[in-house]
Amino acid sequence: MTASNPWATSQPEQETSNEAAANPWGTPSDADTASSLSSAGQLDEVSWDFWRPFQSEWFPLQDWVETAIDWIVSNFRPVFSVLKQPVDTILSFFDAVLNGVPPFIMIALVALLAWQASGRKLAFGSIVSLTLVGAIGAWSEAMTTLALVLTAVFFCMAIGIPTGIWMSRSDKVARAVRPVLDTMQTTPAFVYLVPIVMLFGIGNVPGVIVTIIFAVAPVIRLTNLGIRQVPEDLIEAANSFGASKPQLLYKVQLPLAMPTIMAGVNQTLMLSLSMVVIASMIAVGGLGLMVLRGIGRLDIGLATVGGIGIVLLAIILDRMTQALGRDARARGTRHWYQTGPVGLVRKLILPRRGD
Amino acid sequence: MSIKLEVRHLYKVFGGDAEPAFERLNQGLNKTDIFEQTGLTVGVQDANLEVHEGEIFVVMGLSGSGKSTLVRLLNRLIEPTRGQVLIDGEDVAAMSEAKLREVRRSKISMVFQSFALMPHLSVLDNTAFGLELAGVDQAARHQAARDALAQVGLEANADSYPDELSGGMQQRVGLARALASNPDIMLMDEAFSALDPLIRTEMQDELLKLQSEHQRTVVFISHDLDEAMRIGDRIAIMQGGEVVQVGTPDEILHNPANDYVSSFFRGVNVGNVFSAKDIARKSQTTLIKKESSSGLRASLKRLQDNDRDFGYVVDKQNRYLGTVSIDSLKTQVEQDSTLEAAFVAEVPVVEAATSISDILTIVAQSPCAVPVVDEQQQYLGSVSRATLLETLDRENEA
Repeated sequence: MTASNPWATSQPEQETSNEAAANPWGTPSDADTASSLSSAGQLDEVSWDFWRPFQSEWFPLQDWVETAIDWIVSNFRPVFSVLKQPVDTILSFFDAVLNGVPPFIMIALVALLAWQASGRKLAFGSIVSLTLVGAIGAWSEAMTTLALVLTAVFFCMAIGIPTGIWMSRSDKVARAVRPVLDTMQTTPAFVYLVPIVMLFGIGNVPGVIVTIIFAVAPVIRLTNLGIRQVPEDLIEAANSFGASKPQLLYKVQLPLAMPTIMAGVNQTLMLSLSMVVIASMIAVGGLGLMVLRGIGRLDIGLATVGGIGIVLLAIILDRMTQALGRDARARGTRHWYQTGPVGLVRKLILPRRGD
Repeated sequence: MSIKLEVRHLYKVFGGDAEPAFERLNQGLNKTDIFEQTGLTVGVQDANLEVHEGEIFVVMGLSGSGKSTLVRLLNRLIEPTRGQVLIDGEDVAAMSEAKLREVRRSKISMVFQSFALMPHLSVLDNTAFGLELAGVDQAARHQAARDALAQVGLEANADSYPDELSGGMQQRVGLARALASNPDIMLMDEAFSALDPLIRTEMQDELLKLQSEHQRTVVFISHDLDEAMRIGDRIAIMQGGEVVQVGTPDEILHNPANDYVSSFFRGVNVGNVFSAKDIARKSQTTLIKKESSSGLRASLKRLQDNDRDFGYVVDKQNRYLGTVSIDSLKTQVEQDSTLEAAFVAEVPVVEAATSISDILTIVAQSPCAVPVVDEQQQYLGSVSRATLLETLDRENEA
């Protein structure tokens, strides 16, 4: 067991006396009780003391969890390999596209997308930022990270939006899902990093899976919230005109909840980016790995390059998704296709109508 | 008139299993006691209504009287606990979900107090919303929506969005949306209550105009008696979930079923309830103009015989021609002129539908009783100052 716990190597030799137990940082002495950190099982010999009830654990949760994971790993490994498949496919696709397209064309594409989603300002901003990322030597890492993040966000939306809709339709489901989301959001990523590695192995795909677990909660929560916030009188009006359940969802609830859902997607995206460094601990490539290596070798330069890359990527993605969440009319246009590069092309191609 | 919509022994009990509430209703307990004992709210209690085809049926009551619940039971936005709602003989309360959707799409539409327009759709798409749900293709539903918008005078705003319109215009869109699917029945839940008084009157006129063009069955919910009197062909008054009286405005005004009903009318402005035709009397002398003679002398004699100062001249088809006075007749007799020359110029004419409050000044300033004519210029009678004062005094009488 200790072999799988690299941070506990010195502890099996440590033995604490009864006096030392009162002082957990005290130096090891000749007493026969072992440190509770590593081999608590031997404490059974000590009789239970009312004044020190938690000196030893009451039941061996550690062992249970270990047994359970071992059992799952040995029996369900094929299942998890199958689960990896779709993630692997999407990730390979994004990675191939992002790393395959020549950098300048990529920058131009992102700029056009930013122009369409938000405006010329962001388009200009993304040209400058992406050029900077490339100039400091982090281009291919940035593209790898972008592929990982996009894959994670894709699956977060694919899982999160339907789950959110399901939650919004049933209070029972909402009550059941909420604690699961709380757990996923509050559990430190390091805690489930180990079981994920045991189940899925190491590499980019498990990295995406870890990121999905960490980042899926906001999109679920905000989809649920957005749909529940649709005014009751609009639901009533739709029903009074004979809307079926799917019509109600697609024609009223989802369109009206869209700004809130997009805020959730934005949050999910930001959380995914923040997982990049942690995920690099299980051999995920990209900007996170640059930062991790930089920390490991105390190479402040490398860490800074990776860090700047993450920040610039984060800003571009954040601004773009925020702009998508805003109503088109809030930006002074009626339809998305009347503005940005598409609007420009339409104006050039379509003959001017006499109106 | 045939019955379009019929409500039979309709009950709605809110808050769980309704059985305890029914037991107590049978024991004769009231709504408040039932709520105290069981926690159940009786929303609507044994409602029985018959709404005729083509009429505006107003359901009136104070807040909490169950009128909004009742209207939602009609299209089953609220599930009835017991009883039947029959549209053309079909029970809405018992039909399948699919059939209910069909009825809502084609037969019965609704206008809401809060307008309830979709903020993400343009005015045109909002108007076409019901048709879109029914699966009508875009060209056809936009055409129908444009027609509906034209009926409420909003064609020009088809491409606007609801938040760009004023309250009155938004409710016109609400009205157009309800009209677009060309329903037989329109439910209007306090449709004009959120509008300011001027716009409200304008919308009431709009509704009456639409009704004159195409007679729909309208169930109109209101807490405003003036509104109910103004537009309602018949009125149902609700109190504590029960329908306490159904009748024409006149019937209810003259024979209120209980104190609650009469308390409604205490503050009513009769001037808005009645129109000129309701109080026009034919007690004044009517002179029929004949082609053969001028009739000056005959007219003068008739007035003198009847001891009247003024006479109202009509032709053989009872069309109003003018008013003559003894003085004007005498003048013309001396000159041996025609009857037309004797018409007194300063006598005004009012139309049948003018409300009493609008004719007060006219009657006060007129030298004689004011003649009332309908749209075909038919003479209906005249309104004297005495009749008018009597009508206005009705309030104190009751």
